[in-house]
Amino acid sequence: MSFWKLLYSKKSRSPLPGFATGLSVTVVWLTIMLFIPMLALVAKSWALTPEEFLKAAWSERARAAYTLTFGAAAIAAIVDVALGMLFAWVLVRYEFPGRGILDAIIDLPFALPTAVAGLVYSSLYVKNGWFGRYLVPLGIEGAYSRFAIILVLVFLGLPFVVRTVQPLLASLEGDIEEAAASLGATRWQTFLRIILPSIMPALFTGFALAFARGLGEYGSIIFVSTNIPFKSEIAPMLIYSRLEDYKYEEATAIAVVLLAGSISTLMLINWLEGRNRRYAH
Amino acid sequence: MHINTVRSRKPPGRNVANEPLWFRVLLIAITWCIALVLIIIPLVYVFVQAFANGISGWWKQLFDDPETRHSVFLTLMVAPAAVLINTVCGLAAAWTITKFRFPGRILLLTALDLPFAISPVVAGLMLVLLYNVRTGYFGSFLNAADLRIIFAWPGLVLATVFVTIPFVARELIPLMQALGDDEELAAVSLGASPWQIFLRVTLPNIRWGLLFGIIQCNARAIGEFGAVFVVSGRIERETYTMALRVEKLFQDYNNTGSFAVASVLTLMALSTLLLKTLLERMISRSAGEGHGDGH
Repeated sequence: MSFWKLLYSKKSRSPLPGFATGLSVTVVWLTIMLFIPMLALVAKSWALTPEEFLKAAWSERARAAYTLTFGAAAIAAIVDVALGMLFAWVLVRYEFPGRGILDAIIDLPFALPTAVAGLVYSSLYVKNGWFGRYLVPLGIEGAYSRFAIILVLVFLGLPFVVRTVQPLLASLEGDIEEAAASLGATRWQTFLRIILPSIMPALFTGFALAFARGLGEYGSIIFVSTNIPFKSEIAPMLIYSRLEDYKYEEATAIAVVLLAGSISTLMLINWLEGRNRRYAH
Repeated sequence: MHINTVRSRKPPGRNVANEPLWFRVLLIAITWCIALVLIIIPLVYVFVQAFANGISGWWKQLFDDPETRHSVFLTLMVAPAAVLINTVCGLAAAWTITKFRFPGRILLLTALDLPFAISPVVAGLMLVLLYNVRTGYFGSFLNAADLRIIFAWPGLVLATVFVTIPFVARELIPLMQALGDDEELAAVSLGASPWQIFLRVTLPNIRWGLLFGIIQCNARAIGEFGAVFVVSGRIERETYTMALRVEKLFQDYNNTGSFAVASVLTLMALSTLLLKTLLERMISRSAGEGHGDGH
């Protein structure tokens, strides 16, 4: 999609009122709240020479933070795809007691402040917590570890996958499955060859949404991680600690790398959605 | 990027090529176990901890502590302010984008999604780069005018607005696109004024969707942590929102205090879920009655 196409989508006249007012309000709102802040980040990073930028954005500590941030977000998103698939399947296909409650409660990670999620997860998995007292003796550290970061990201990302897969799964027609069954396909073959391919785009979108969410997450992770540089420090945390030392340039450089990761994920989602829409009609 | 939050109400369990009973029961059991561990037990745990010293203990933690009291007050000021801004402007954006074709339309549509892709900490950093009084781009101006944005409540509002920009607009745009503009055009041809069109034609059609967007925007505004954390500077009785207060009490090893504040936030989240579920019923019912062919 070229920039010019973005700018000059086809113009048409409508007799409805409110175009000038609506457009001005929208542009002023987005400019003050979104564009100028984003411009500040760009301006700050342009003030750095390439060497300075590289030194700040690609230091050993920063690289360790990216590895942890991107790695934890990716693992959590993969787990979310598996769990989200299961949840969506059970919610769409089966009738069972408490289905309505389960369907509503899935959205809790969307509604619950992330600080609360972090607080609860860190207390549940410590040595004398409800889960920790059984898991810690087995050597599973569900708090103050890298595993803890993944765990809380799985919680936060789960509804993204469930809610993208659910409508697609519900819209699948039963007759194709019946046809497959009448031709002698096993249930497993039908799932692998017919159902899975048709919900694949939704699984990808769900993965990307959960991944993007995990990349930026901060509120819950400061509760469940020990926040030690090189070991358990995620990129947003490093940005904040540079900021606290008034090293704005370094913070900016790291933020640009993080932003590049999450914005390209967003673009991937939009591209995937655009492609799906084209195939759907 | 938009998530279809309105769930299908189609009754499940069609017996077309269904799995054997033992398999279905197994899958349902596994799902419930995962939901218990990931969602339900943590939810119960918040209240068990918050009420560890009984209701009076919980009440004392919340209202006998002036810092906590102030954080409740601050959240109740900042979140509605941000929601109000994003609702009014989100409505304007949805109207402009769905009713008109103009240069830059798709650019605006894309921009509305951007806050989802920006880490809240980075959003906070952007505001600090702009408004901090020492080296910020607007710093000298703010100094001259003796205004403070960073480490003060205006910064909290700006940060909250930033992260909640998409919610109302993204809920309304697909809805208004699906409704089309036939009814508004009819109103124009009958000589209705712009306000009459909006209040009598558009608003009744989009009211549930609008409410849905506001509720989600509000939940996120109340719970926002990263962006607010960066711009707040955490000054006692000035810039602690409830979410920040949870973290502060946790750092001070005041577990019951931390969970008491968390329990209030959790109650708000649960009422958000309840309202959303009720609204979904409303939406699917009104879709069932009126516009049967709502494509």
